[in-house]
Amino acid sequence: MSTHIKTIVKGNLASTLKNGGCGQCQTSCQSACKTSCTVGNQVCEK
Amino acid sequence: MLKIKDYIIKKNVHIYRHGGLNIAYDVNSGSLHVLDDHTYALIEEMKDLQDQDPNMLLAGEKLLAKVGKNLSATVKKEILSELEELQNQSLLFSQEAEETEPCYPDPPLIKAICLHVAHDCNLRCLYCFAGTGSFKGQRELMTSETGKRALDFLLKHSGNRRQCEVDFFGGEPLLNMSVIKELITYGKTVAQQAGKKIKFTLTTNAVLLDKTIADYLEKEGVSVVLSLDGRKEVNDRMRPFPNGKGSYDNIVPQILYFTKLRPGSSPYAVGQYYYVRGTYTRYNTDFYKDVLHMADLGIKRISVEPVIASPNHDYAFREEDIDKIKESYDILGEKLLEYRQKGQEFSFFHFNAGLDEGPCLPKRLSGCGAGHEYVAISPDGSIYPCHQFVGQEEYKLGTVYQDNPLKRELMQKFRGAHVYNKKDCRICWARFSCSGGCHAANAAFSGELTKVYSLGCELQKKRLEVAYYLKIKEAQQIETI
Repeated sequence: MSTHIKTIVKGNLASTLKNGGCGQCQTSCQSACKTSCTVGNQVCEK
Repeated sequence: MLKIKDYIIKKNVHIYRHGGLNIAYDVNSGSLHVLDDHTYALIEEMKDLQDQDPNMLLAGEKLLAKVGKNLSATVKKEILSELEELQNQSLLFSQEAEETEPCYPDPPLIKAICLHVAHDCNLRCLYCFAGTGSFKGQRELMTSETGKRALDFLLKHSGNRRQCEVDFFGGEPLLNMSVIKELITYGKTVAQQAGKKIKFTLTTNAVLLDKTIADYLEKEGVSVVLSLDGRKEVNDRMRPFPNGKGSYDNIVPQILYFTKLRPGSSPYAVGQYYYVRGTYTRYNTDFYKDVLHMADLGIKRISVEPVIASPNHDYAFREEDIDKIKESYDILGEKLLEYRQKGQEFSFFHFNAGLDEGPCLPKRLSGCGAGHEYVAISPDGSIYPCHQFVGQEEYKLGTVYQDNPLKRELMQKFRGAHVYNKKDCRICWARFSCSGGCHAANAAFSGELTKVYSLGCELQKKRLEVAYYLKIKEAQQIETI
Protein backbone atom coordinates (compact mmCIF):
# COMPACT_ATOMS: atom_id res chain seq x y z
CA MET A 1 0.00 0.00 0.00
CA SER A 2 1.52 3.32 -1.09
CA THR A 3 1.38 6.04 1.50
CA HIS A 4 3.89 8.50 0.08
CA ILE A 5 3.40 8.23 -3.69
CA LYS A 6 0.20 8.15 -5.66
CA THR A 7 0.47 6.93 -9.25
CA ILE A 8 -1.88 8.76 -11.59
CA VAL A 9 -0.83 7.58 -15.04
CA LYS A 10 0.89 4.28 -15.75
CA GLY A 11 2.82 4.66 -19.00
CA ASN A 12 4.85 2.17 -20.98
CA LEU A 13 6.61 4.48 -23.41
CA ALA A 14 10.00 2.75 -23.56
CA SER A 15 8.39 -0.56 -24.49
CA THR A 16 6.76 1.01 -27.59
CA LEU A 17 10.25 1.15 -29.09
CA LYS A 18 9.76 -2.50 -30.03
CA ASN A 19 6.23 -2.50 -31.44
CA GLY A 20 5.56 1.15 -32.38
CA GLY A 21 6.32 3.18 -35.46
CA CYS A 22 3.43 2.15 -37.76
CA GLY A 23 3.34 5.77 -38.99
CA GLN A 24 -0.42 5.84 -39.59
CA CYS A 25 -0.98 8.80 -37.25
CA GLN A 26 -1.28 12.36 -38.50
CA THR A 27 1.78 14.52 -39.11
CA SER A 28 1.96 16.93 -36.19
CA CYS A 29 2.18 20.11 -38.27
CA GLN A 30 -0.97 19.16 -40.19
CA SER A 31 -3.06 19.09 -37.00
CA ALA A 32 -3.47 22.41 -35.22
CA CYS A 33 -0.10 24.11 -35.12
CA LYS A 34 2.29 25.31 -37.75
CA THR A 35 5.09 26.88 -35.74
CA SER A 36 5.95 24.42 -32.97
CA CYS A 37 6.60 20.71 -32.81
CA THR A 38 3.52 19.14 -31.21
CA VAL A 39 4.22 15.43 -31.50
CA GLY A 40 3.75 15.02 -27.73
CA ASN A 41 0.31 16.64 -27.94
CA GLN A 42 -1.02 13.95 -30.26
CA VAL A 43 -2.50 10.54 -29.55
CA CYS A 44 -1.67 7.14 -30.99
CA GLU A 45 -4.24 6.36 -33.70
CA LYS A 46 -3.49 2.65 -33.90
CA MET B 1 17.03 -1.54 -3.09
CA LEU B 2 16.39 1.40 -5.43
CA LYS B 3 18.94 1.21 -8.24
CA ILE B 4 20.41 4.63 -8.98
CA LYS B 5 24.02 3.87 -9.81
CA ASP B 6 24.79 5.60 -13.13
CA TYR B 7 21.21 6.83 -13.24
CA ILE B 8 21.03 10.59 -13.94
CA ILE B 9 17.93 11.58 -12.01
CA LYS B 10 17.38 15.04 -13.51
CA LYS B 11 17.44 13.50 -17.00
CA ASN B 12 15.00 10.71 -16.22
CA VAL B 13 12.71 11.90 -13.43
CA HIS B 14 11.28 15.40 -13.52
CA ILE B 15 9.90 16.65 -10.22
CA TYR B 16 8.21 20.02 -9.78
CA ARG B 17 5.60 21.77 -7.68
CA HIS B 18 2.46 23.11 -9.29
CA GLY B 19 -0.92 24.17 -7.91
CA GLY B 20 -0.10 22.82 -4.46
CA LEU B 21 0.92 19.41 -5.81
CA ASN B 22 4.32 17.69 -5.84
CA ILE B 23 4.49 16.08 -9.25
CA ALA B 24 6.88 13.45 -10.62
CA TYR B 25 7.04 12.68 -14.33
CA ASP B 26 8.94 9.52 -15.25
CA VAL B 27 10.50 10.35 -18.61
CA ASN B 28 11.10 6.85 -19.97
CA SER B 29 7.72 5.34 -19.16
CA GLY B 30 5.64 8.52 -19.44
CA SER B 31 4.11 7.84 -16.00
CA LEU B 32 2.82 10.51 -13.63
CA HIS B 33 2.81 10.50 -9.85
CA VAL B 34 1.89 12.76 -6.97
CA LEU B 35 4.41 12.77 -4.12
CA ASP B 36 4.08 13.74 -0.50
CA ASP B 37 6.42 16.45 0.81
CA HIS B 38 8.92 13.99 2.29
CA THR B 39 9.28 12.04 -0.94
CA TYR B 40 9.61 15.20 -3.00
CA ALA B 41 12.34 16.52 -0.71
CA LEU B 42 14.15 13.19 -0.71
CA ILE B 43 14.26 12.95 -4.53
CA GLU B 44 15.31 16.57 -4.75
CA GLU B 45 18.14 15.92 -2.32
CA MET B 46 19.31 12.93 -4.37
CA LYS B 47 19.21 15.00 -7.54
CA ASP B 48 21.12 17.89 -5.95
CA LEU B 49 23.80 15.58 -4.62
CA GLN B 50 24.34 14.15 -8.09
CA ASP B 51 24.59 17.70 -9.45
CA GLN B 52 27.10 18.83 -6.84
CA ASP B 53 29.35 15.79 -6.91
CA PRO B 54 29.78 13.74 -10.11
CA ASN B 55 31.13 10.86 -8.00
CA MET B 56 27.68 10.52 -6.48
CA LEU B 57 26.43 9.25 -9.82
CA LEU B 58 28.52 6.16 -9.31
CA ALA B 59 27.79 5.94 -5.63
CA GLY B 60 24.39 4.22 -5.72
CA GLU B 61 23.77 2.89 -2.20
CA LYS B 62 26.18 5.42 -0.70
CA LEU B 63 24.03 8.22 -2.08
CA LEU B 64 20.90 6.68 -0.61
CA ALA B 65 22.61 6.50 2.77
CA LYS B 66 23.50 10.19 2.61
CA VAL B 67 20.01 11.56 1.95
CA GLY B 68 16.96 11.99 4.18
CA LYS B 69 18.79 12.76 7.42
CA ASN B 70 15.85 14.83 8.58
CA LEU B 71 13.43 11.91 8.17
CA SER B 72 12.75 9.21 10.70
CA ALA B 73 14.29 5.88 9.77
CA THR B 74 10.82 4.38 9.33
CA VAL B 75 9.60 7.07 6.93
CA LYS B 76 12.80 6.95 4.87
CA LYS B 77 12.54 3.19 4.64
CA GLU B 78 8.91 3.40 3.56
CA ILE B 79 9.67 5.92 0.82
CA LEU B 80 12.64 4.01 -0.54
CA SER B 81 10.61 0.84 -0.52
CA GLU B 82 7.79 2.50 -2.51
CA LEU B 83 10.29 3.93 -4.98
CA GLU B 84 11.86 0.51 -5.40
CA GLU B 85 8.49 -1.07 -6.05
CA LEU B 86 7.65 1.54 -8.68
CA GLN B 87 11.06 1.07 -10.25
CA ASN B 88 10.44 -2.68 -10.45
CA GLN B 89 7.17 -1.92 -12.24
CA SER B 90 9.00 0.48 -14.62
CA LEU B 91 6.84 3.40 -13.50
CA LEU B 92 9.32 5.64 -11.67
CA PHE B 93 13.11 5.69 -11.84
CA SER B 94 12.47 3.38 -14.76
CA GLN B 95 15.29 2.19 -16.94
CA GLU B 96 16.48 4.65 -19.53
CA ALA B 97 15.11 3.95 -23.02
CA GLU B 98 17.74 2.50 -25.28
CA GLU B 99 19.33 5.20 -27.44
CA THR B 100 18.67 3.86 -30.89
CA GLU B 101 18.59 5.77 -34.16
CA PRO B 102 15.03 6.07 -35.47
CA CYS B 103 14.48 3.43 -38.12
CA TYR B 104 13.46 4.84 -41.52
CA PRO B 105 12.45 3.19 -44.79
CA ASP B 106 14.68 3.44 -47.81
CA PRO B 107 13.86 5.13 -50.14
CA PRO B 108 12.14 7.74 -47.93
CA LEU B 109 8.41 7.45 -47.71
CA ILE B 110 6.43 10.68 -47.92
CA LYS B 111 3.00 10.57 -46.35
CA ALA B 112 2.03 14.21 -45.94
CA ILE B 113 2.26 17.40 -47.97
CA CYS B 114 1.57 21.01 -47.21
CA LEU B 115 0.22 22.28 -50.50
CA HIS B 116 0.78 26.00 -51.04
CA VAL B 117 -2.11 26.63 -53.39
CA ALA B 118 -1.77 30.39 -52.99
CA HIS B 119 1.29 32.52 -52.46
CA ASP B 120 -0.88 35.51 -51.95
CA CYS B 121 -2.97 36.75 -49.07
CA ASN B 122 -5.83 39.11 -48.37
CA LEU B 123 -4.40 40.05 -44.96
CA ARG B 124 -1.09 41.68 -44.09
CA CYS B 125 -0.27 40.06 -40.74
CA LEU B 126 2.73 41.77 -39.20
CA TYR B 127 4.39 38.57 -37.95
CA CYS B 128 3.81 36.51 -41.11
CA PHE B 129 6.69 34.08 -41.71
CA ALA B 130 5.48 33.86 -45.31
CA GLY B 131 6.36 37.48 -46.15
CA THR B 132 2.63 38.44 -46.01
CA GLY B 133 1.78 35.57 -48.31
CA SER B 134 4.36 35.72 -51.11
CA PHE B 135 7.15 33.82 -49.30
CA LYS B 136 9.49 36.56 -50.55
CA GLY B 137 8.81 35.55 -54.16
CA GLN B 138 6.11 36.72 -56.50
CA ARG B 139 2.44 36.59 -55.57
CA GLU B 140 0.99 33.63 -57.44
CA LEU B 141 -1.61 30.87 -57.34
CA MET B 142 -0.99 27.19 -57.94
CA THR B 143 -2.47 25.81 -61.16
CA SER B 144 -4.61 22.68 -61.03
CA GLU B 145 -1.98 20.94 -63.17
CA THR B 146 0.74 21.53 -60.56
CA GLY B 147 -1.66 20.58 -57.78
CA LYS B 148 -2.51 17.29 -59.48
CA ARG B 149 1.18 16.54 -60.00
CA ALA B 150 1.72 17.20 -56.30
CA LEU B 151 -1.02 14.72 -55.37
CA ASP B 152 0.41 12.15 -57.80
CA PHE B 153 3.83 12.73 -56.23
CA LEU B 154 2.40 12.07 -52.76
CA LEU B 155 0.66 8.86 -53.74
CA LYS B 156 3.70 7.63 -55.63
CA HIS B 157 6.07 8.26 -52.72
CA SER B 158 3.82 7.09 -49.87
CA GLY B 159 4.74 3.41 -50.15
CA ASN B 160 2.54 1.21 -48.00
CA ARG B 161 0.92 4.05 -46.05
CA ARG B 162 -2.84 3.80 -46.44
CA GLN B 163 -3.50 7.23 -45.01
CA CYS B 164 -1.91 10.22 -46.76
CA GLU B 165 -2.38 13.85 -45.75
CA VAL B 166 -2.76 17.07 -47.68
CA ASP B 167 -3.01 20.48 -46.02
CA PHE B 168 -4.16 23.34 -48.25
CA PHE B 169 -2.02 26.22 -47.13
CA GLY B 170 -0.82 29.61 -48.28
CA GLY B 171 -0.73 32.57 -48.11
CA GLU B 172 -4.46 32.25 -48.03
CA PRO B 173 -5.65 29.06 -49.74
CA LEU B 174 -9.27 30.20 -50.19
CA LEU B 175 -8.00 32.71 -52.79
CA ASN B 176 -7.66 29.64 -55.00
CA MET B 177 -10.91 27.88 -54.15
CA SER B 178 -11.69 26.58 -57.64
CA VAL B 179 -8.37 24.70 -57.71
CA ILE B 180 -8.92 23.36 -54.19
CA LYS B 181 -12.28 21.91 -55.26
CA GLU B 182 -10.74 20.36 -58.35
CA LEU B 183 -7.91 18.86 -56.28
CA ILE B 184 -10.22 17.39 -53.64
CA THR B 185 -12.24 15.60 -56.33
CA TYR B 186 -9.10 14.48 -58.15
CA GLY B 187 -7.33 13.43 -54.94
CA LYS B 188 -10.21 11.28 -53.73
CA THR B 189 -10.40 9.50 -57.10
CA VAL B 190 -6.69 8.77 -57.52
CA ALA B 191 -6.28 7.79 -53.88
CA GLN B 192 -9.10 5.28 -54.18
CA GLN B 193 -7.51 3.86 -57.32
CA ALA B 194 -4.29 3.42 -55.35
CA GLY B 195 -6.12 1.77 -52.45
CA LYS B 196 -5.39 4.73 -50.18
CA LYS B 197 -7.19 7.60 -48.49
CA ILE B 198 -6.21 11.26 -48.42
CA LYS B 199 -7.07 13.19 -45.31
CA PHE B 200 -7.51 16.85 -46.30
CA THR B 201 -7.00 19.80 -43.99
CA LEU B 202 -7.12 23.50 -44.78
CA THR B 203 -5.52 26.38 -42.89
CA THR B 204 -7.34 29.65 -43.46
CA ASN B 205 -7.61 33.20 -42.14
CA ALA B 206 -11.41 32.85 -42.60
CA VAL B 207 -11.83 36.11 -44.54
CA LEU B 208 -13.41 34.28 -47.50
CA LEU B 209 -15.00 31.50 -45.47
CA ASP B 210 -18.62 32.25 -46.35
CA LYS B 211 -21.44 29.77 -45.73
CA THR B 212 -21.14 28.20 -49.19
CA ILE B 213 -17.45 27.39 -48.69
CA ALA B 214 -17.97 26.33 -45.07
CA ASP B 215 -20.76 23.95 -46.05
CA TYR B 216 -18.64 22.58 -48.89
CA LEU B 217 -15.70 21.87 -46.53
CA GLU B 218 -18.06 20.24 -44.07
CA LYS B 219 -19.60 18.07 -46.79
CA GLU B 220 -16.21 16.99 -48.10
CA GLY B 221 -14.89 16.17 -44.62
CA VAL B 222 -12.02 18.65 -44.75
CA SER B 223 -10.56 19.44 -41.34
CA VAL B 224 -10.03 23.16 -40.88
CA VAL B 225 -7.58 25.27 -38.90
CA LEU B 226 -8.93 28.80 -38.55
CA SER B 227 -6.74 31.75 -37.62
CA LEU B 228 -7.78 34.19 -34.90
CA ASP B 229 -5.50 35.77 -32.29
CA GLY B 230 -8.15 36.43 -29.65
CA ARG B 231 -9.42 39.78 -28.40
CA LYS B 232 -10.41 42.29 -31.09
CA GLU B 233 -7.65 44.78 -30.27
CA VAL B 234 -5.01 42.03 -30.14
CA ASN B 235 -6.13 40.40 -33.39
CA ASP B 236 -6.54 43.67 -35.27
CA ARG B 237 -3.14 45.01 -34.30
CA MET B 238 -1.37 42.03 -35.89
CA ARG B 239 -3.88 40.80 -38.49
CA PRO B 240 -5.04 43.78 -40.60
CA PHE B 241 -6.23 43.98 -44.20
CA PRO B 242 -3.89 45.68 -46.71
CA ASN B 243 -5.68 48.99 -45.97
CA GLY B 244 -4.79 48.70 -42.29
CA LYS B 245 -8.32 47.88 -41.08
CA GLY B 246 -8.53 45.03 -38.58
CA SER B 247 -9.99 41.66 -39.61
CA TYR B 248 -11.77 40.64 -36.38
CA ASP B 249 -15.27 41.87 -37.27
CA ASN B 250 -15.15 40.14 -40.66
CA ILE B 251 -13.80 36.78 -39.58
CA VAL B 252 -15.38 36.06 -36.19
CA PRO B 253 -18.94 35.45 -37.47
CA GLN B 254 -17.57 33.14 -40.18
CA ILE B 255 -15.37 31.25 -37.71
CA LEU B 256 -18.30 30.81 -35.33
CA TYR B 257 -20.52 29.53 -38.13
CA PHE B 258 -17.92 26.90 -38.99
CA THR B 259 -17.20 25.82 -35.42
CA LYS B 260 -20.91 25.19 -34.89
CA LEU B 261 -20.87 22.73 -37.82
CA ARG B 262 -18.38 20.58 -35.90
CA PRO B 263 -19.41 20.48 -32.22
CA GLY B 264 -17.86 17.04 -31.78
CA SER B 265 -14.35 17.98 -32.95
CA SER B 266 -11.64 15.89 -31.33
CA PRO B 267 -9.38 17.80 -28.91
CA TYR B 268 -6.53 15.69 -30.28
CA ALA B 269 -7.28 16.74 -33.88
CA VAL B 270 -8.28 13.26 -34.97
CA GLY B 271 -10.88 12.62 -37.68
CA GLN B 272 -12.88 15.52 -39.05
CA TYR B 273 -12.27 18.52 -36.81
CA TYR B 274 -11.72 22.23 -36.50
CA TYR B 275 -9.17 24.11 -34.45
CA VAL B 276 -9.01 27.86 -34.00
CA ARG B 277 -5.38 28.84 -33.97
CA GLY B 278 -3.75 32.08 -32.90
CA THR B 279 -0.31 33.53 -32.38
CA TYR B 280 0.77 35.55 -29.37
CA THR B 281 3.60 38.06 -29.31
CA ARG B 282 5.26 40.28 -26.72
CA TYR B 283 2.29 42.66 -27.20
CA ASN B 284 0.02 40.12 -25.48
CA THR B 285 2.05 38.11 -23.01
CA ASP B 286 -1.30 37.95 -21.14
CA PHE B 287 -2.51 35.74 -23.99
CA TYR B 288 -4.54 33.62 -21.58
CA LYS B 289 -7.11 36.41 -21.89
CA ASP B 290 -7.21 35.80 -25.63
CA VAL B 291 -7.78 32.10 -25.15
CA LEU B 292 -10.57 32.83 -22.68
CA HIS B 293 -12.05 35.39 -25.05
CA MET B 294 -12.31 32.68 -27.69
CA ALA B 295 -13.75 30.23 -25.16
CA ASP B 296 -16.32 32.87 -24.19
CA LEU B 297 -17.29 33.14 -27.85
CA GLY B 298 -18.16 29.44 -27.67
CA ILE B 299 -15.05 28.11 -29.42
CA LYS B 300 -14.12 24.71 -27.96
CA ARG B 301 -10.86 23.82 -29.73
CA ILE B 302 -8.18 26.44 -29.29
CA SER B 303 -4.48 26.55 -30.05
CA VAL B 304 -2.42 29.68 -29.44
CA GLU B 305 1.30 29.58 -30.17
CA PRO B 306 4.24 31.87 -29.43
CA VAL B 307 5.45 33.94 -32.38
CA ILE B 308 8.73 32.91 -33.95
CA ALA B 309 10.43 36.17 -34.85
CA SER B 310 13.85 37.64 -35.32
CA PRO B 311 14.87 39.68 -32.23
CA ASN B 312 14.95 42.95 -34.20
CA HIS B 313 11.14 43.00 -34.35
CA ASP B 314 9.37 44.98 -31.68
CA TYR B 315 6.85 42.16 -31.17
CA ALA B 316 9.55 39.48 -30.69
CA PHE B 317 9.96 38.10 -27.17
CA ARG B 318 12.74 39.32 -24.93
CA GLU B 319 14.30 37.62 -21.97
CA GLU B 320 12.24 39.74 -19.56
CA ASP B 321 8.96 38.44 -21.06
CA ILE B 322 9.52 34.81 -20.11
CA ASP B 323 8.18 35.05 -16.55
CA LYS B 324 5.03 36.81 -17.72
CA ILE B 325 4.45 34.19 -20.41
CA LYS B 326 4.93 31.36 -17.93
CA GLU B 327 2.49 33.01 -15.57
CA SER B 328 -0.04 33.19 -18.40
CA TYR B 329 0.23 29.43 -18.93
CA ASP B 330 -0.28 28.90 -15.17
CA ILE B 331 -3.37 31.09 -15.13
CA LEU B 332 -4.69 29.43 -18.27
CA GLY B 333 -4.38 26.01 -16.64
CA GLU B 334 -6.44 27.14 -13.64
CA LYS B 335 -9.01 28.85 -15.84
CA LEU B 336 -9.36 25.73 -17.94
CA LEU B 337 -10.29 23.81 -14.79
CA GLU B 338 -12.66 26.57 -13.73
CA TYR B 339 -14.43 26.57 -17.13
CA ARG B 340 -14.64 22.77 -17.02
CA GLN B 341 -16.21 22.98 -13.58
CA LYS B 342 -18.92 25.36 -14.75
CA GLY B 343 -19.72 23.25 -17.82
CA GLN B 344 -17.95 25.46 -20.36
CA GLU B 345 -15.20 23.01 -21.20
CA PHE B 346 -12.71 23.88 -23.94
CA SER B 347 -9.39 22.39 -24.96
CA PHE B 348 -6.04 24.09 -25.46
CA PHE B 349 -3.97 22.06 -27.90
CA HIS B 350 -0.62 22.58 -26.18
CA PHE B 351 -2.06 21.24 -22.93
CA ASN B 352 -2.88 17.90 -24.55
CA ALA B 353 -0.75 15.20 -22.99
CA GLY B 354 -1.70 11.77 -24.20
CA LEU B 355 0.91 10.00 -22.00
CA ASP B 356 -0.50 6.47 -21.78
CA GLU B 357 -2.50 7.04 -25.00
CA GLY B 358 0.16 9.20 -26.62
CA PRO B 359 2.38 8.55 -29.61
CA CYS B 360 4.89 5.70 -29.49
CA LEU B 361 8.57 6.33 -28.89
CA PRO B 362 9.59 5.86 -32.55
CA LYS B 363 7.17 8.66 -33.49
CA ARG B 364 8.45 10.89 -30.70
CA LEU B 365 12.01 10.31 -31.86
CA SER B 366 11.31 11.01 -35.51
CA GLY B 367 9.45 14.22 -34.62
CA CYS B 368 7.44 16.16 -37.18
CA GLY B 369 8.97 14.26 -40.11
CA ALA B 370 9.77 17.46 -42.03
CA GLY B 371 12.10 16.90 -44.95
CA HIS B 372 11.61 13.18 -45.28
CA GLU B 373 8.02 12.14 -44.59
CA TYR B 374 6.39 15.57 -44.66
CA VAL B 375 7.17 18.18 -47.32
CA ALA B 376 5.75 21.45 -48.58
CA ILE B 377 5.09 22.16 -52.25
CA SER B 378 5.04 25.74 -53.53
CA PRO B 379 2.79 27.06 -56.35
CA ASP B 380 5.49 26.42 -58.97
CA GLY B 381 5.88 22.79 -57.85
CA SER B 382 9.12 23.22 -55.87
CA ILE B 383 9.47 20.87 -52.92
CA TYR B 384 10.79 22.02 -49.52
CA PRO B 385 11.21 20.25 -46.15
CA CYS B 386 8.19 22.07 -44.66
CA HIS B 387 6.05 25.18 -45.04
CA GLN B 388 8.52 27.28 -43.06
CA PHE B 389 11.43 26.55 -45.40
CA VAL B 390 9.54 27.44 -48.58
CA GLY B 391 11.44 29.98 -50.64
CA GLN B 392 14.83 29.19 -49.06
CA GLU B 393 16.81 27.92 -52.03
CA GLU B 394 19.38 26.06 -49.95
CA TYR B 395 16.58 23.90 -48.58
CA LYS B 396 14.92 23.07 -51.89
CA LEU B 397 14.58 19.29 -52.20
CA GLY B 398 13.39 19.08 -55.81
CA THR B 399 10.29 19.69 -57.89
CA VAL B 400 7.19 17.78 -58.92
CA TYR B 401 8.06 18.58 -62.54
CA GLN B 402 11.15 16.38 -62.61
CA ASP B 403 11.46 12.67 -62.09
CA ASN B 404 14.83 13.20 -60.42
CA PRO B 405 14.93 11.84 -56.90
CA LEU B 406 14.76 14.35 -54.09
CA LYS B 407 18.05 15.53 -52.60
CA ARG B 408 18.90 12.58 -50.39
CA GLU B 409 21.70 14.33 -48.56
CA LEU B 410 19.35 17.06 -47.40
CA MET B 411 16.66 14.53 -46.46
CA GLN B 412 19.28 12.66 -44.48
CA LYS B 413 20.17 15.86 -42.64
CA PHE B 414 16.56 16.22 -41.51
CA ARG B 415 16.35 12.56 -40.55
CA GLY B 416 19.46 12.99 -38.47
CA ALA B 417 18.11 16.02 -36.57
CA HIS B 418 16.50 13.96 -33.80
CA VAL B 419 16.86 14.27 -30.03
CA TYR B 420 19.81 11.91 -29.73
CA ASN B 421 21.82 14.13 -32.08
CA LYS B 422 21.05 17.32 -30.15
CA LYS B 423 23.38 17.92 -27.24
CA ASP B 424 20.86 19.85 -25.15
CA CYS B 425 18.04 17.39 -25.80
CA ARG B 426 19.86 14.23 -24.80
CA ILE B 427 19.88 15.26 -21.16
CA CYS B 428 16.52 17.05 -21.12
CA TRP B 429 13.50 15.56 -19.33
CA ALA B 430 11.17 16.88 -22.07
CA ARG B 431 13.04 15.12 -24.90
CA PHE B 432 10.27 12.65 -25.75
CA SER B 433 7.53 15.28 -25.63
CA CYS B 434 8.89 17.97 -27.94
CA SER B 435 11.02 15.75 -30.19
CA GLY B 436 13.76 18.36 -30.19
CA GLY B 437 11.55 21.27 -31.19
CA CYS B 438 10.68 22.81 -34.54
CA HIS B 439 13.43 22.42 -37.19
CA ALA B 440 12.62 25.78 -38.73
CA ALA B 441 12.81 27.62 -35.40
CA ASN B 442 16.06 25.84 -34.53
CA ALA B 443 17.59 26.68 -37.92
CA ALA B 444 16.42 30.30 -37.75
CA PHE B 445 17.86 30.96 -34.31
CA SER B 446 21.01 28.87 -34.27
CA GLY B 447 21.70 28.37 -37.97
CA GLU B 448 21.75 24.61 -37.42
CA LEU B 449 19.09 21.92 -37.32
CA THR B 450 20.73 20.22 -34.36
CA LYS B 451 21.02 23.27 -32.10
CA VAL B 452 17.87 24.12 -30.21
CA TYR B 453 15.97 27.41 -29.90
CA SER B 454 16.33 27.80 -26.14
CA LEU B 455 13.42 30.18 -25.56
CA GLY B 456 11.18 27.71 -27.35
CA CYS B 457 12.46 24.99 -24.99
CA GLU B 458 11.66 27.09 -21.93
CA LEU B 459 8.08 27.61 -23.04
CA GLN B 460 7.62 24.03 -24.14
CA LYS B 461 8.69 22.76 -20.72
CA LYS B 462 6.29 25.13 -19.00
CA ARG B 463 3.40 23.94 -21.19
CA LEU B 464 4.21 20.33 -20.39
CA GLU B 465 4.28 21.01 -16.67
CA VAL B 466 0.82 22.56 -16.82
CA ALA B 467 -0.42 19.76 -19.09
CA TYR B 468 0.69 17.07 -16.61
CA TYR B 469 -0.85 19.01 -13.75
CA LEU B 470 -4.17 19.13 -15.63
CA LYS B 471 -3.93 15.41 -16.29
CA ILE B 472 -3.65 14.82 -12.55
CA LYS B 473 -6.51 17.17 -11.74
CA GLU B 474 -8.65 15.40 -14.32
CA ALA B 475 -7.88 12.02 -12.75
CA GLN B 476 -8.61 13.37 -9.26
CA GLN B 477 -11.92 14.76 -10.46
CA ILE B 478 -12.92 11.38 -11.91
CA GLU B 479 -12.07 9.76 -8.56
CA THR B 480 -14.35 12.08 -6.63
CA ILE B 481 -17.34 11.43 -8.91
